[in-house]
Amino acid sequence: MDSKKVLAFINKAKIIIIFMVMCIILSILAPSFLSGTNIINVIRQISIICIISMGSMLIIITGGIDLSPGSVAAVSGVAAALFATQFDGPVVLTLLVGLLVGGGCGLFNGIIVAKGKIPAFIVTLGMSEIARGIAYVISDGKPISGISKGFRAIGRSSIAGVPVPIVIMIIILIVTYILTRKLIVGKHIYAVGGNQNAARVSGINVDRILILVYTYAGLMAGLGGLVLTARISTGHPNSANGYELDAIAATVIGGTSLSTGGIGSVFGTLIGALIIGVLNNGLDIMGVSAYYQQIAKGLIIIITVLMDRKETN
Amino acid sequence: MSSEYILEMTGIIKHFPGVKALDGVSLKVKKGEVHALMGENGAGKSTLMKVLNGIYRPDGGSIRLRGEDVRILNPNDAIKKGFAMIHQELTPVPHMTIAENIFLGKEKKKGFFSDDRTMVKDTQELLDNLGFYFNPRMRMAELSVSQMQIVEIAKAVSYNADIIIMDEPTSAITENEVQKLFHIIRDLTAKGVSVIYITHKMDEVFQIAKHVTVLRDGQYIGSKPIGAITSEELVNMLVGRQLNEIFPKERQKKGEIILEVKGLSMKNAYENVSFNARKGEILGVAGLVGAGRTEVFETIAGIRKASAGEMYLNGNKKQFTSPNQAITNKVVIATEDRKGFGLFLHLKIKENIMVSSYPKFFPAHIIAGKKINTVCDEEMSKFRIKAADGNQLVGNLSGGNQQKVVLSKVMLTDPDVVIFDEPTRGIDIGAKSEIYKLMTNLAQEGKCVIMISSEMTEILGMSDRIMVMCEGRITGVIDNTEDVTQDMIFQMACGINEMPSAGTNR
Repeated sequence: MDSKKVLAFINKAKIIIIFMVMCIILSILAPSFLSGTNIINVIRQISIICIISMGSMLIIITGGIDLSPGSVAAVSGVAAALFATQFDGPVVLTLLVGLLVGGGCGLFNGIIVAKGKIPAFIVTLGMSEIARGIAYVISDGKPISGISKGFRAIGRSSIAGVPVPIVIMIIILIVTYILTRKLIVGKHIYAVGGNQNAARVSGINVDRILILVYTYAGLMAGLGGLVLTARISTGHPNSANGYELDAIAATVIGGTSLSTGGIGSVFGTLIGALIIGVLNNGLDIMGVSAYYQQIAKGLIIIITVLMDRKETN
Repeated sequence: MSSEYILEMTGIIKHFPGVKALDGVSLKVKKGEVHALMGENGAGKSTLMKVLNGIYRPDGGSIRLRGEDVRILNPNDAIKKGFAMIHQELTPVPHMTIAENIFLGKEKKKGFFSDDRTMVKDTQELLDNLGFYFNPRMRMAELSVSQMQIVEIAKAVSYNADIIIMDEPTSAITENEVQKLFHIIRDLTAKGVSVIYITHKMDEVFQIAKHVTVLRDGQYIGSKPIGAITSEELVNMLVGRQLNEIFPKERQKKGEIILEVKGLSMKNAYENVSFNARKGEILGVAGLVGAGRTEVFETIAGIRKASAGEMYLNGNKKQFTSPNQAITNKVVIATEDRKGFGLFLHLKIKENIMVSSYPKFFPAHIIAGKKINTVCDEEMSKFRIKAADGNQLVGNLSGGNQQKVVLSKVMLTDPDVVIFDEPTRGIDIGAKSEIYKLMTNLAQEGKCVIMISSEMTEILGMSDRIMVMCEGRITGVIDNTEDVTQDMIFQMACGINEMPSAGTNR
């Protein structure tokens, strides 16, 4: 009984063990890796992906996939930057614009997936093109600079020594945790992913759950886009390219199953994002070229998931 | 040296960590006989068959085949030695043809190319010999479950198997089709093929088998010729209990009408269905598969939509457009397809039990883990769900326990009308008798229990009233008195005989 529990724990903690082993190796190879500033740096670097991946994770738990958050983040950021430079309204309003654009894209995805019964892959692929296109149209293909100091603060200032992007990320992690584990809605999300037919027969409004999840993912993409725009002080229509794949990678490394829905956790996804971040950062410090970094990232995705699968099955 | 047995398994022992799955089990099969292998779930039938199929190596005992000691190394070796296994859950490739499925993995070639013509010709011969006149170029997806089963049998025959193992071959087919299957089995045995027939169904054993071997908890209980045993004795061997304990049914005093349906119709499924159901009764719904029973009751439970007709609940007109609405109005259904529509196999027992009832327990939408655990523990002991705790994944439970999880989930919503669609399909007799007890208790509590079943013994043993459907129409509603026989119900189910009042029953 006890040994079983220990085994189950190791099985659960495998991803953390992989993460720690990576950290240990990197700190030996590059002593500066473990410095306080560098750790903060890593977390700040992953904050945007981590925020976006919370939405991607929920979608993957329901058995879907989201290929649009990169583009949605870009269009949200551009829209907010445009609003900020044209109207010079309060920052809150600017942020609201970004979130509305992101949430709107998500809502659209959700309605088409739930009511149109079209595979999420196709819907979100389409949305990815549409959102990116709109970003180019409204910005006329040019970066929008000159955004206000208040807006920039979201990406660049700190609260009590902690960079604001990290604070936002932590808030989102907590909110998503509560959503998935402490609210009925969370239980229903897992049920819809586990068996959509059974969920419907069990009295769950499946369409509503799907729409909610896709809207949440859109909001997260919008928020990610706002932080990114503030960080680079520019609304760039070409920004956040490929972020959707990083978000999916973080989710999958974190133990969310792409093949069977109904499995996945906030904590796992956070670790997944950290693994990607630590790897990039460690290789950076060691002076490994960006080309090799990309290869390493690809390998780590496959290896971690392989190790995870092997023992769970 | 020859023996009267084609297969003799003696003293087979198989250990798994912590369990003795088989403890000195014997199975002796004669040439050309149907040998039934019975036992509750977990009795060791599948383990024994896996030994025979070379998937497991036995830790002790001997296997003699045609009088010679043999060792079966792997499933391929088993095929070479003349065994063929037809699994309970068929695994055809739906978009390939019958011929392609039969020759899967042993395709005929002409030079480099696949020799489709020969394969089709050979398949046609096989099917003709089985009296199954279908085009070998038909796709598997177009066949019914029983037809697929016949294709599986053809596949077994194509291996020239002389021992065919059938694992619950009738679990998904209708009474009519069962008779067709039996006909084929009799033809096969007449040609000298032996059939090991695994089943839970008592009446089938008496119809088709010559001999029956019974296992219980990995132990060999005994082996008897069918002529020398009564069904009571057989049940006794299976469960170590008496038959009258299986149906706990006591006739109920009928309460008032709670559910009334008038002229309900759905295109291509059923038409003009009118009936009522009362509090405190068990209404058995009999009929052949495809009679429209499931469709009628799934409509009532909000899963399907009727094209015409009315439904009254406690005298109030209702129409449910989603299962959610039905559950809120205290009408629930435990669907026929347990895995497809009832369970979340990757989720925990407690999450399955709670799934319909979260809003009831947590009106503020905030979940408390402790509360879930207490509710779940209560439910698990009430429904006698056998598992370590509520954290176990439902996918790892036996069929009987899974069904109990479904029932627990459904009952936790506190319904007034409960519809059970084939509640005991594929479960062993021990779990069955527990489910019967649960249904009886529900009726005694004043719930309206509706039980759709294709098993006559169950319909007759459990129902207060019996409603029979045939091809989308109600062909009879009768009180279940002593005079009601299987034959009467069967005739109504086939539409041979009809209650004069059936169509207009209000």
